[in-house]
Formats: sequence, structure tokens, C-alpha cells
Amino acid sequence: MSRRTPLSLASLAALALPAGMAAAQSLTIGLASEPTAADPHYHKVTTNDAFSAHIFESLINRNAQMELIPGLAQSWRAVDDNTWELKLRQGVKFSNGEPFTSKDVLFTLCRVLNNETNVSRSYMEPAQSFSDVQTPDDYTVIIKSERPIPTMPNELARSLPIIWSGIAKFDKLRFAPKEGCGVTSPWPTVADFNTGKLSIGTGPYKLKSYVKGTGIEMERNEAYWGSKPHWKSVKMVPVPNAGPRLTGLMSGDYDVIESPAARDLPRIKDNSKLDFVATPSTRLIFFQPDAGRAQSPFAKAADGKNPLQDLRVRQAINMAIDRKAIVQRLMDGMATVANQYMPTGMFGSLDKPAEIKFDPEGAKKLLAEAGYPQGFELTLTTTNDRYINDGQIAQAVAQYLTRIGIKTTVDAQAAAIYFPKRAKREFSFAMGGWPSENGEASGLFQYWVATTDKDKGLGTSNYGGFSLPAFDQVFVPAMAQMDASARKAAYQQATQIALANVPLIPLHFESSIWAFKKGLSYEGRRDQYTLAMSVKPK
Amino acid sequence: MIVYILRRMVQSFLVLLAVSLVVFMAVYAVGDPIELLVSAEASDADRQAMIKRLGLDLPVWLQYWSFLTRAFQGDLGTSFVHGIPAIELIVQRFPATFELVVVAIGLTCLLGIPLGLIAGLFNDRPLGRGLMGGSVLGFSLPNFWQGMMLILMFAVWLQWLPSSGRGDTVNVLGVPLSLFTADGWSHVMLPAINLALGNIALVLRLTATGVMEAKTQEYVKFARAKGISERRILTRHILRNILIPVVTVIGMEFGTLIAYSTITETVFAWPGMGKLLIDSIYKLDRPVVVAYVMLVTFIFVMINLLVDLAYAVLDPRVQLQEAQ
Repeated sequence: MSRRTPLSLASLAALALPAGMAAAQSLTIGLASEPTAADPHYHKVTTNDAFSAHIFESLINRNAQMELIPGLAQSWRAVDDNTWELKLRQGVKFSNGEPFTSKDVLFTLCRVLNNETNVSRSYMEPAQSFSDVQTPDDYTVIIKSERPIPTMPNELARSLPIIWSGIAKFDKLRFAPKEGCGVTSPWPTVADFNTGKLSIGTGPYKLKSYVKGTGIEMERNEAYWGSKPHWKSVKMVPVPNAGPRLTGLMSGDYDVIESPAARDLPRIKDNSKLDFVATPSTRLIFFQPDAGRAQSPFAKAADGKNPLQDLRVRQAINMAIDRKAIVQRLMDGMATVANQYMPTGMFGSLDKPAEIKFDPEGAKKLLAEAGYPQGFELTLTTTNDRYINDGQIAQAVAQYLTRIGIKTTVDAQAAAIYFPKRAKREFSFAMGGWPSENGEASGLFQYWVATTDKDKGLGTSNYGGFSLPAFDQVFVPAMAQMDASARKAAYQQATQIALANVPLIPLHFESSIWAFKKGLSYEGRRDQYTLAMSVKPK
Repeated sequence: MIVYILRRMVQSFLVLLAVSLVVFMAVYAVGDPIELLVSAEASDADRQAMIKRLGLDLPVWLQYWSFLTRAFQGDLGTSFVHGIPAIELIVQRFPATFELVVVAIGLTCLLGIPLGLIAGLFNDRPLGRGLMGGSVLGFSLPNFWQGMMLILMFAVWLQWLPSSGRGDTVNVLGVPLSLFTADGWSHVMLPAINLALGNIALVLRLTATGVMEAKTQEYVKFARAKGISERRILTRHILRNILIPVVTVIGMEFGTLIAYSTITETVFAWPGMGKLLIDSIYKLDRPVVVAYVMLVTFIFVMINLLVDLAYAVLDPRVQLQEAQ
């Protein structure tokens, strides 16, 4: 018996293979990380948002380049500085057949603001500054805010997946989040969405099952208003380790996988059965020098001061790094050199940024000018499991710094240990990575460069304590500038000021990689979402 | 007997209490989960609200105390990451791990004992020596490497079996089990072999040494002199005598595999409890880690209690009152 079992199983599996191939229109995707809930308002992380985008739609959608395109709203306009008007698409139905109207938008907003079972209130952020929401008719929504929000369309696109209003009871809905908006039954919780009972959206897919750790199964929504995706059924399996994920693809378990390890790319290139696509993302990888404190724990100079406070030192570090070499040799070309803080082409970035020249001699001279001809001691801290090749990048940068006379040590840690410590400002020169989620230059500057003002939500990740009034004076008013061309000009000016003062040492923009079977194609997305809708047979 | 069981239960309770304290403090020392949960975009007010909601603003002894009081009411906390009770998360994963371990232990018994018998009986011939030599590889090669090799051979090159995940499941009394489908079996084979290899080697060696020793014992020689068939000597006399330690080891391995088949589950992306533990440690999901260790300790304590009781039943010489 024991000898026969594996053999008969093998033949069974061999028989099952052609049958599996014949069941076309089904797609299996290997995910690098697992969504933490099926509730679209639970936790604002890329994995969750990408998953919920199959089932729930936003008022405004984004294409693969992160440009805004009409979604459940057909058009939108700013009526005045504090008012936006959206015209909704007519004839859209939820997956249970109910029509989509402005009531559902109001209901969704109220749920987001009253969601007690979420993580970190992450979806409430923009909605918290709404002062009123009116629905004059079924297909018009008017949003008023306390302060001007020029990026309102971007915010609506990225943080308001619309749910069906029928999942709670109410007499008359009105925008009064503090009083519960007129909802009389308890608000649905995360568990209600996980079971699929309340996962009712207007998206191209319907949720069939969501089992934690095992996977997600979805079915095509045949009544979808937009262009229907190719795949009738989709299965997503979380495989956090890159090795098993790639072997799963090679053995045919998965049709598409996200983020294969960069070190495995040559193997994918050499494999005649596989293909891949690499798309530049908006995620900037950078080092954040501790420029704000007179004493820093891991930057030690003979004079007892914190050398990173000196602009010339930061400039020297900036010039000492050969970004091209890092991108070509370490990243296998799967990254773009960063000469500014946002990718060229993104709203508010420079059209033609000057190249940050690799100039170790010039860097040495600057260091000597700053009073450190013999260099100083510096520890570079980094994660080793968060960004692509993060540990190796830190090693490379350390070597470049050694070359100009700075005595470097690299301290690589697990993300779970690293992030809490960085937040307590325990580092002197720490790696960071940040995608501009709202598609504008403000995304990075607001949190990482602006002077910290927690009440205004400024500089919340400014762990280096950088503060430059000249930058804030240009950047902060720009965030409320409704006129797009004026805002863009101000962002560009802020970029110039930042580049000259080096609050962060930019390295490169990561590329996102998807690998898949030959015969398929994937439209790589800047927002790093993995969508079944973007997988197409060739 | 009853006094003994009662005393053991008090002991078990104290063990659980001590473990909970150690684990709670250890997990607390690792780091603050708030930075992993809250995005950098969150306002400070939101961050504070979150810290308060999770009870992270309290001093550690107060956090531990509230954990204890809730644990007594059967609530081991709510997962920070998933927002549902930690125990529910673990229980959801239990069937997958249980299945995997049952198959692995099955393979261990079916292969380890017979092969051990052969190795022990023919220990002076190439067959026996080969088996003993080969078994060294079984537990000296790292588990994850064995797993990778299995995947490489059977999934990537031969493409006989899938490399990862769990197959189709069937609900049996509300529990999703995959051992009732062909697809499920094809998925479970590789990880089960990976888990079993080390144990097969262990059981093989244990059986073989037992047989080698028993072979030369007086009672076997006597039986042989009486003219009893070799087959009967083997099954009735040798096997019976050497099986006690083997069964003990298999029982202990059963518990260990249920609790810590982490590496195999990671390599094969098997959605079991071990993988949950690893994921939770990476995300500093404190309630899940603590609940997990508590549950596992409880299982071990129970297994030990049952083993001790079983000894008393099997061997009347064991005096429970004296055994502590």
C-alpha cells in the first residue's frame, strides 16, 4: 500500500493536468503578501486595496499610469475652493442587482467615518475634513470640505471603495457622522465582509470565498457595466516567500506571481516558458540623515558634533554614491536612478532634473571644507526584508561613503524591529521607501520633508528632524492651491529647494515585477496593484 | 489516581501561567507593533486613538493583567492585524496542520518501522548497512533544503505534484478537509514527505538498534532453540518488546509537528498554524503569538498527562502517587 500510493497519486496528478488546462478562463495568482481582510475599509495597504479593487469600485478610477479616469463618477469639477461636484454614472448595478445611486456614496462615507473595527483609521484621513455632503438627486454628489483639497479626485480614487447601502438599516441618510448619519442598525464589521455576506460591490468580480492563509476565490460579475475581464474565475494564493512563489510558477501551480526576487530574474529570463514585466513604480528608496539634532547616536565626529547637520556633509554624501552602478549591478536594471524625489513625469516633479553627479573627489573636498578631512563614524541602518535588495543597497552605499573617508558600519534589521525604532528616532542614517500614493509630489514632501507639525499632519515621518522655513513657505501653501498650474509650479520650486538642501539622499525608484506564463501579458501598474483584470492572453 | 490527576492539573495550570508571563514579556520586548500597523500618513490623533484602542498605552503589567483576566473568560485577545479573535484565526488553521501531520506520522510508521526491522535484522549485510547509513542523511540534512529538493524534483522537473498550497477541500462536519479529494492528496504528499523524512530516519534507527539488541537476548535465543518460526519470533517476541520506546517517540513527535511544522509550512506555503505563527511574528501581532504559544503549551501539557496515565495502565509497577 505504502509503495503504491505515491505512484498512483502521481498518475492521478498527471491525468488531472490536461483537465486543468482545458478549464480555460480560470486564473491563479501567487501573491507576495496576504490581504488582511475582505472589508474594503479595513486597512490601507497596497495588498488590501488591490484585492478590494476587484470587488468594489471607487468614484474615480486610476489607469496603470495612475492617471485619473472616470469610475462610478462620470465627471467631477471644483465648484469653488471648498466644494466639489460629482456626476455619477447611471445604470450601474451592484452584484446583487440593486442600482447604484448617490445614497450609496453617502452611506460609504458615513461607514468609513464610523468604522470602529478597522486598523489605524486609515481610510478616514481625507473624509475627516469633509464638512458636508449633499445628494440633491440620485446621480449628483456635492462634497464640501473645511479646507481646500486640490487633490480631492486623487483622494476619492484611492480611499473610497463604494459599498452597498443596503447592508445596514436607516430611515433617512444624512451627512452627520457624529450622530451615525441616521443609520439605526449596528454598522457591519470586518467579519461580515470576510464571510462574503456583505461583500457586495459594483466591481468586475464577485467574492466567492476568502479563507485566511489559504486564498481568495472570485467569480466574474457578468452584470459589470464596464469592459468585462477575460477570466471567469480567479484564485489568489498568498505565498510570502519568493522561492516557493517562483517554483509554484515554474511547476504550473500559478499563472502569474507578483514580485519574484530580483536575484531570480536571470532564471526567469532564461526560461522559455516564462515571461515577466517590470514597471517603474513611484516608490523612492532613500536614506534619511538625522539633520535635526546636535547629537546623533550613530554619527560620531572628533569635534563631538553631529556632522549630518552640515549641509556640505549631506551634499558630499549625495555626490559620493554611484546610483547608476547600484541600479545596473545590484538591481539588474529593475530600477530607475533618482535625481529628484518624484519620478519625472509625475505631477509637480521636475521635467528635466539635473543629474546628481557621481564625484567622489568633489565629495572629499566638501567634507574637508566642512571640517572633516579625516571623515567621521556613521552607522547606516536598514531593513533587510522590506525593499528590493535593501540590505545590499546599504552595503553598497556604505562602501561609497568609505571611499570618501567616512568610517561606516551597516546595521540591517527585520522590518518588525526596524520601523518602531526608527519612529523613536534611534537611528542617524536610516533607509526609507515611499510611494507617492496620491500621484502628486506632495505625497512624499508632506510626510518626510516638511517641518513636523503633528496637528496639521505635516512631517509625520520626518524622523531626521529636518526643518527649513524656506521650503515650508513654498510647499505648505501649495497643498491648498486649487489652481493646478500654480500648484505644479510651487511643487517644482519646492523640489528645487529640497534638492539643494538634501533632506533625504535619493537613490532610485523601485520597479515592480510580475512574472507569468508565456502566452499571457500583464499591464504593469505604477501603484503596484496586482489585478486579475490586467492579465490578458496574448 | 484522582488525587494524582488533580495535582497534575494544578501543576499544568501553573506551567501555563508561567509560560504566559514569559511569552507576554518576550513578545512585548520585541517591539512596538503600532509603526507596522499605522501608515505614516496617519495623523497623530489617529495614531494615539489606535494605541489606546489596542491598549498599548497601558504599562506592561497592566496589559498583562487585562490579558489574564480576559483569558480566564476564554478570550485570548483579538488579532491586531486581522481584527478577529486570535483563537479563531488559529482554529481556522488547525485542520490543515492536523491533516499534514497525520499523513506525515502515517508515513513515519509505515516506512520507519518496517525499514528499521530490515536494517536491524540484516545489520551485517550491505542492505542493512545501507539503510542505516542512508538514515543519517534523513535527519542531518536541513529540513528546508530537503523541502526545496522535493519541490525541484517532483514539482518543477517531473511536474507530478503541485509545489505549494492546499488542494480542494470537502466539508466534513463543518471542518474543511482535503484528504477526501485526489487534489488534496496530491497537495499534501510533498510537504508530508518533507515532514516525515527526519522522523522516518529517527524511527528507523530506533527500531534497528532495538532489534539488534533483542536479537542477542536470551529470550530470543531460547525461542529459537524451541523451534519457533523466525516470523513469529520477529512479530511476537522482538517487535513487541522494542515497540514501547518507538511508540513514545512517535507520540512526542506528533505533538512537536502539530506545534512547530513551521519550516515545512513556509517552504510549501501550506496554510497551517506554523505559517500563521511566522506571519504573526513578522507583523508583531502580539495577541496571536501569545495565544498560539498558550494553546501549544496546553496541548503539550495534556499529551504529557495522558502519556503518564497510559504508562500506569500499561505497566502496573508505575506508582502514580510517587511519580511527580
